[in-house]
Amino acid sequence: MIAALEVTPAWYLVLGALLFSIGAFGLLVRRNPLVMFMCVELMLNAVTLTFVTFSRMLQDTGGQSTVVFVLVVAAAEVVVGLAIIVALLRRRPHATADDAALLEG
Amino acid sequence: MTVELFVFVLAGAACLAGAIGVILSENPVHAALSLVGTLFGIAVLFVAQEANFLAAVQVIVYAGAIVVLFLFVIMLLGVDRTDDLRVEPLVGQRAAAAVVSLGVLALTVGALASTGYEVTGVVGEIDDTVPDIERLGASLFTDYLYAFEITSVLLVIAVVGAVLLARRTRAPEIVDPGQRERAEEVADRIAAAEEKVGHVNGHRRHVVTDDADADADADEEVRS
Repeated sequence: MIAALEVTPAWYLVLGALLFSIGAFGLLVRRNPLVMFMCVELMLNAVTLTFVTFSRMLQDTGGQSTVVFVLVVAAAEVVVGLAIIVALLRRRPHATADDAALLEG
Repeated sequence: MTVELFVFVLAGAACLAGAIGVILSENPVHAALSLVGTLFGIAVLFVAQEANFLAAVQVIVYAGAIVVLFLFVIMLLGVDRTDDLRVEPLVGQRAAAAVVSLGVLALTVGALASTGYEVTGVVGEIDDTVPDIERLGASLFTDYLYAFEITSVLLVIAVVGAVLLARRTRAPEIVDPGQRERAEEVADRIAAAEEKVGHVNGHRRHVVTDDADADADADEEVRS
Protein backbone atom coordinates (compact mmCIF):
# COMPACT_ATOMS: atom_id res chain seq x y z
CA MET A 1 0.00 0.00 0.00
CA ILE A 2 2.84 2.33 0.83
CA ALA A 3 4.52 1.43 -2.42
CA ALA A 4 1.43 2.63 -4.24
CA LEU A 5 1.88 6.15 -2.81
CA GLU A 6 3.47 8.41 -5.36
CA VAL A 7 5.35 11.54 -4.36
CA THR A 8 3.71 14.28 -6.37
CA PRO A 9 4.97 17.88 -6.51
CA ALA A 10 2.01 18.80 -4.32
CA TRP A 11 3.73 17.14 -1.36
CA TYR A 12 6.71 19.45 -1.75
CA LEU A 13 4.42 22.47 -1.98
CA VAL A 14 2.56 21.50 1.19
CA LEU A 15 5.85 20.89 2.98
CA GLY A 16 6.99 24.34 1.87
CA ALA A 17 3.78 25.89 3.20
CA LEU A 18 4.25 24.07 6.53
CA LEU A 19 7.84 25.29 6.86
CA PHE A 20 6.80 28.83 5.97
CA SER A 21 4.08 28.94 8.61
CA ILE A 22 6.37 27.43 11.26
CA GLY A 23 8.92 30.14 10.46
CA ALA A 24 6.24 32.83 10.61
CA PHE A 25 5.08 31.56 13.99
CA GLY A 26 8.62 31.61 15.35
CA LEU A 27 9.23 35.10 13.98
CA LEU A 28 6.14 36.38 15.74
CA VAL A 29 6.75 34.59 19.04
CA ARG A 30 10.48 34.63 19.72
CA ARG A 31 12.07 37.73 21.22
CA ASN A 32 15.77 36.98 20.79
CA PRO A 33 16.76 38.88 17.62
CA LEU A 34 19.15 36.12 16.52
CA VAL A 35 16.47 33.44 16.71
CA MET A 36 14.06 35.74 14.87
CA PHE A 37 16.62 35.95 12.08
CA MET A 38 16.85 32.17 11.94
CA CYS A 39 13.07 32.05 11.53
CA VAL A 40 13.37 34.44 8.59
CA GLU A 41 15.90 32.05 7.05
CA LEU A 42 13.42 29.24 7.59
CA MET A 43 10.74 31.15 5.68
CA LEU A 44 13.16 31.96 2.86
CA ASN A 45 14.07 28.29 2.56
CA ALA A 46 10.43 27.28 2.40
CA VAL A 47 10.03 29.71 -0.49
CA THR A 48 13.10 28.36 -2.31
CA LEU A 49 11.74 24.83 -1.98
CA THR A 50 8.49 26.02 -3.53
CA PHE A 51 10.38 27.74 -6.36
CA VAL A 52 12.32 24.59 -7.21
CA THR A 53 9.14 22.54 -7.14
CA PHE A 54 7.38 24.92 -9.49
CA SER A 55 10.45 24.93 -11.69
CA ARG A 56 10.09 21.19 -12.06
CA MET A 57 6.33 21.36 -12.55
CA LEU A 58 6.59 24.07 -15.22
CA GLN A 59 9.65 22.48 -16.85
CA ASP A 60 11.32 25.88 -16.74
CA THR A 61 14.73 26.74 -15.32
CA GLY A 62 13.61 30.24 -14.35
CA GLY A 63 12.52 29.02 -10.93
CA GLN A 64 15.99 27.78 -10.17
CA SER A 65 17.48 31.09 -11.31
CA THR A 66 15.16 32.85 -8.88
CA VAL A 67 16.46 30.59 -6.11
CA VAL A 68 19.97 31.85 -6.85
CA PHE A 69 18.75 35.42 -6.41
CA VAL A 70 16.98 34.48 -3.18
CA LEU A 71 20.26 33.05 -1.92
CA VAL A 72 22.11 36.27 -2.74
CA VAL A 73 19.45 38.41 -1.07
CA ALA A 74 19.47 36.11 1.98
CA ALA A 75 23.24 36.43 2.29
CA ALA A 76 23.10 40.23 2.01
CA GLU A 77 20.24 40.38 4.49
CA VAL A 78 22.09 38.23 7.01
CA VAL A 79 25.21 40.37 6.73
CA VAL A 80 23.38 43.65 7.35
CA GLY A 81 21.01 42.18 9.91
CA LEU A 82 23.75 40.60 11.97
CA ALA A 83 25.69 43.87 11.87
CA ILE A 84 22.64 45.64 13.30
CA ILE A 85 22.25 42.92 15.94
CA VAL A 86 25.92 43.21 16.87
CA ALA A 87 25.53 46.99 17.22
CA LEU A 88 22.44 46.48 19.37
CA LEU A 89 23.75 43.72 21.60
CA ARG A 90 27.11 45.39 22.08
CA ARG A 91 25.34 48.33 23.66
CA ARG A 92 22.86 46.25 25.69
CA PRO A 93 23.89 42.59 26.02
CA HIS A 94 20.49 41.29 27.07
CA ALA A 95 18.45 43.20 24.55
CA THR A 96 15.28 41.72 23.10
CA ALA A 97 13.50 42.72 19.93
CA ASP A 98 11.71 45.46 21.83
CA ASP A 99 14.96 47.31 22.44
CA ALA A 100 15.69 48.03 18.79
CA ALA A 101 14.58 51.62 19.45
CA LEU A 102 17.87 52.01 21.36
CA LEU A 103 19.68 52.32 18.05
CA GLU A 104 18.11 55.71 17.34
CA GLY A 105 20.55 58.57 17.21
CA MET B 1 9.10 5.37 -6.65
CA THR B 2 9.48 3.82 -3.26
CA VAL B 3 12.94 5.32 -3.06
CA GLU B 4 11.55 8.79 -3.76
CA LEU B 5 8.90 8.29 -1.08
CA PHE B 6 11.55 7.14 1.38
CA VAL B 7 13.77 10.12 0.60
CA PHE B 8 10.89 12.56 0.80
CA VAL B 9 9.67 11.25 4.16
CA LEU B 10 13.15 11.28 5.69
CA ALA B 11 14.14 14.70 4.37
CA GLY B 12 10.74 16.19 5.12
CA ALA B 13 10.89 14.87 8.68
CA ALA B 14 14.37 16.38 9.05
CA CYS B 15 13.07 19.72 7.74
CA LEU B 16 10.07 19.81 10.05
CA ALA B 17 12.02 18.61 13.09
CA GLY B 18 14.67 21.24 12.46
CA ALA B 19 12.09 23.98 11.99
CA ILE B 20 10.32 23.06 15.21
CA GLY B 21 13.70 22.88 16.93
CA VAL B 22 14.49 26.43 15.79
CA ILE B 23 11.36 27.92 17.30
CA LEU B 24 11.39 25.82 20.49
CA SER B 25 15.07 25.88 21.45
CA GLU B 26 15.75 27.97 24.50
CA ASN B 27 19.43 28.25 23.58
CA PRO B 28 20.30 30.14 20.35
CA VAL B 29 23.16 27.70 19.63
CA HIS B 30 20.71 24.78 19.63
CA ALA B 31 18.41 26.80 17.37
CA ALA B 32 21.27 27.36 14.91
CA LEU B 33 22.10 23.64 14.88
CA SER B 34 18.44 22.78 14.29
CA LEU B 35 18.49 25.22 11.38
CA VAL B 36 21.33 23.18 9.86
CA GLY B 37 19.04 20.12 9.95
CA THR B 38 16.35 21.98 8.05
CA LEU B 39 18.83 23.28 5.49
CA PHE B 40 20.26 19.82 4.86
CA GLY B 41 16.76 18.40 4.48
CA ILE B 42 15.92 21.03 1.91
CA ALA B 43 19.19 20.31 0.07
CA VAL B 44 18.16 16.64 -0.11
CA LEU B 45 14.76 17.66 -1.46
CA PHE B 46 16.54 19.78 -4.09
CA VAL B 47 18.48 16.73 -5.21
CA ALA B 48 15.25 14.74 -5.34
CA GLN B 49 13.92 17.38 -7.73
CA GLU B 50 16.97 17.32 -9.98
CA ALA B 51 18.37 20.65 -8.80
CA ASN B 52 21.82 19.31 -7.98
CA PHE B 53 23.71 22.57 -8.29
CA LEU B 54 21.27 24.38 -6.03
CA ALA B 55 21.60 21.60 -3.46
CA ALA B 56 25.37 22.09 -3.42
CA VAL B 57 24.98 25.86 -3.17
CA GLN B 58 22.43 25.40 -0.41
CA VAL B 59 24.85 23.38 1.68
CA ILE B 60 27.84 25.63 0.97
CA VAL B 61 26.17 29.02 1.35
CA TYR B 62 23.56 28.31 4.00
CA ALA B 63 25.03 25.60 6.17
CA GLY B 64 28.60 26.58 5.47
CA ALA B 65 28.45 30.36 5.61
CA ILE B 66 25.22 31.72 7.01
CA VAL B 67 24.83 29.36 9.96
CA VAL B 68 28.53 29.71 10.77
CA LEU B 69 28.01 33.48 10.73
CA PHE B 70 25.12 33.06 13.14
CA LEU B 71 27.19 30.91 15.47
CA PHE B 72 30.09 33.35 15.17
CA VAL B 73 27.88 36.25 16.25
CA ILE B 74 26.41 34.22 19.10
CA MET B 75 29.87 33.33 20.38
CA LEU B 76 31.30 36.79 19.72
CA LEU B 77 28.67 38.53 21.77
CA GLY B 78 28.50 35.84 24.41
CA VAL B 79 24.72 35.86 24.31
CA ASP B 80 24.35 32.09 24.39
CA ARG B 81 22.15 32.44 27.42
CA THR B 82 18.89 30.56 27.44
CA ASP B 83 15.53 32.21 27.03
CA ASP B 84 12.81 31.12 29.36
CA LEU B 85 10.04 30.14 26.99
CA ARG B 86 7.55 29.32 29.72
CA VAL B 87 6.78 32.94 30.43
CA GLU B 88 4.77 34.82 27.85
CA PRO B 89 5.80 38.48 28.08
CA LEU B 90 2.92 39.74 25.99
CA VAL B 91 -0.35 38.13 27.01
CA GLY B 92 -2.13 36.60 24.05
CA GLN B 93 0.84 36.98 21.71
CA ARG B 94 1.27 33.27 21.15
CA ALA B 95 -2.40 32.67 20.48
CA ALA B 96 -2.44 35.55 18.00
CA ALA B 97 0.76 34.28 16.34
CA ALA B 98 -0.72 30.79 16.09
CA VAL B 99 -3.85 32.21 14.48
CA VAL B 100 -1.79 34.22 11.99
CA SER B 101 0.53 31.37 11.02
CA LEU B 102 -2.29 28.83 10.76
CA GLY B 103 -4.14 31.37 8.65
CA VAL B 104 -1.14 31.66 6.31
CA LEU B 105 -0.94 27.86 6.13
CA ALA B 106 -4.65 27.50 5.41
CA LEU B 107 -4.48 30.22 2.78
CA THR B 108 -1.55 28.72 0.89
CA VAL B 109 -2.74 25.11 1.10
CA GLY B 110 -6.26 26.19 0.20
CA ALA B 111 -5.01 28.12 -2.78
CA LEU B 112 -2.98 25.10 -3.90
CA ALA B 113 -5.90 22.72 -3.39
CA SER B 114 -8.24 24.99 -5.34
CA THR B 115 -5.99 24.53 -8.37
CA GLY B 116 -5.98 20.77 -7.94
CA TYR B 117 -2.16 20.87 -7.62
CA GLU B 118 -1.85 21.32 -11.35
CA VAL B 119 -0.01 24.07 -13.18
CA THR B 120 -0.87 25.73 -16.43
CA GLY B 121 1.47 27.45 -18.80
CA VAL B 122 4.12 24.76 -19.13
CA VAL B 123 6.51 26.27 -21.64
CA GLY B 124 8.30 23.16 -22.74
CA GLU B 125 10.27 20.15 -21.73
CA ILE B 126 13.55 20.47 -19.90
CA ASP B 127 16.21 18.60 -21.80
CA ASP B 128 17.39 16.12 -19.20
CA THR B 129 20.54 15.29 -21.13
CA VAL B 130 21.87 18.80 -20.38
CA PRO B 131 23.19 19.09 -16.81
CA ASP B 132 21.15 21.39 -14.61
CA ILE B 133 24.13 23.68 -13.95
CA GLU B 134 24.41 24.38 -17.67
CA ARG B 135 20.73 25.17 -17.95
CA LEU B 136 20.94 27.40 -14.88
CA GLY B 137 23.96 29.23 -16.22
CA ALA B 138 22.35 29.80 -19.60
CA SER B 139 19.22 31.10 -17.90
CA LEU B 140 21.14 33.40 -15.54
CA PHE B 141 23.27 34.95 -18.26
CA THR B 142 20.54 35.42 -20.84
CA ASP B 143 17.09 35.93 -19.36
CA TYR B 144 18.17 37.20 -15.96
CA LEU B 145 21.33 39.07 -16.87
CA TYR B 146 20.23 42.47 -15.55
CA ALA B 147 18.96 40.99 -12.31
CA PHE B 148 22.26 39.15 -11.96
CA GLU B 149 24.23 42.36 -12.40
CA ILE B 150 22.02 44.21 -9.92
CA THR B 151 22.68 41.55 -7.27
CA SER B 152 26.36 42.51 -7.41
CA VAL B 153 25.38 46.08 -6.52
CA LEU B 154 23.26 44.69 -3.70
CA LEU B 155 26.21 42.75 -2.32
CA VAL B 156 28.47 45.81 -2.43
CA ILE B 157 25.83 47.84 -0.58
CA ALA B 158 25.49 45.08 2.01
CA VAL B 159 29.24 44.96 2.62
CA VAL B 160 29.50 48.74 2.97
CA GLY B 161 26.50 48.81 5.29
CA ALA B 162 27.87 46.03 7.46
CA VAL B 163 31.24 47.75 7.81
CA LEU B 164 29.55 51.04 8.65
CA LEU B 165 27.30 49.46 11.26
CA ALA B 166 29.77 47.18 12.94
CA ARG B 167 32.82 49.41 13.30
CA ARG B 168 33.47 51.10 16.60
CA THR B 169 32.97 54.86 16.58
CA ARG B 170 36.04 56.96 17.31
CA ALA B 171 36.24 60.43 18.85
CA PRO B 172 35.43 63.02 16.20
CA GLU B 173 38.36 64.95 14.76
CA ILE B 174 38.73 68.71 15.32
CA VAL B 175 37.35 70.50 12.29
CA ASP B 176 36.55 73.93 13.81
CA PRO B 177 39.48 76.31 13.00
CA GLY B 178 38.93 78.51 16.09
CA GLN B 179 38.58 75.55 18.40
CA ARG B 180 42.25 75.33 19.33
CA GLU B 181 42.45 79.00 20.44
CA ARG B 182 39.27 78.72 22.47
CA ALA B 183 40.48 75.49 24.01
CA GLU B 184 43.76 77.20 25.02
CA GLU B 185 41.85 80.13 26.50
CA VAL B 186 39.68 77.76 28.53
CA ALA B 187 42.77 75.85 29.61
CA ASP B 188 44.39 79.13 30.78
CA ARG B 189 41.29 80.04 32.75
CA ILE B 190 41.21 76.59 34.33
CA ALA B 191 44.89 76.92 35.23
CA ALA B 192 44.28 80.34 36.79
CA ALA B 193 41.35 79.03 38.79
CA GLU B 194 43.40 76.07 39.93
CA GLU B 195 46.17 78.37 41.04
CA LYS B 196 43.69 80.38 43.10
CA VAL B 197 42.24 77.22 44.63
CA GLY B 198 45.76 76.00 45.25
CA HIS B 199 46.48 79.25 47.17
CA VAL B 200 43.45 78.71 49.36
CA ASN B 201 44.37 75.11 49.92
CA GLY B 202 47.94 76.02 50.68
CA HIS B 203 46.72 78.62 53.16
CA ARG B 204 44.50 76.05 54.81
CA ARG B 205 47.33 73.60 54.85
CA HIS B 206 49.42 76.26 56.44
CA VAL B 207 46.75 76.86 59.06
CA VAL B 208 46.44 73.16 59.64
CA THR B 209 50.17 72.81 60.12
CA ASP B 210 50.07 75.74 62.50
CA ASP B 211 47.37 73.99 64.45
CA ALA B 212 49.39 70.81 64.40
CA ASP B 213 52.40 72.73 65.72
CA ALA B 214 50.21 74.31 68.39
CA ASP B 215 48.92 70.86 69.33
CA ALA B 216 52.45 69.57 69.47
CA ASP B 217 53.40 72.51 71.68
CA ALA B 218 50.39 71.82 73.85
CA ASP B 219 51.39 68.18 74.14
CA GLU B 220 54.89 69.13 75.13
CA GLU B 221 53.52 71.50 77.71
CA VAL B 222 51.32 68.75 79.13
CA ARG B 223 54.28 66.33 79.22
CA SER B 224 56.47 68.83 80.96
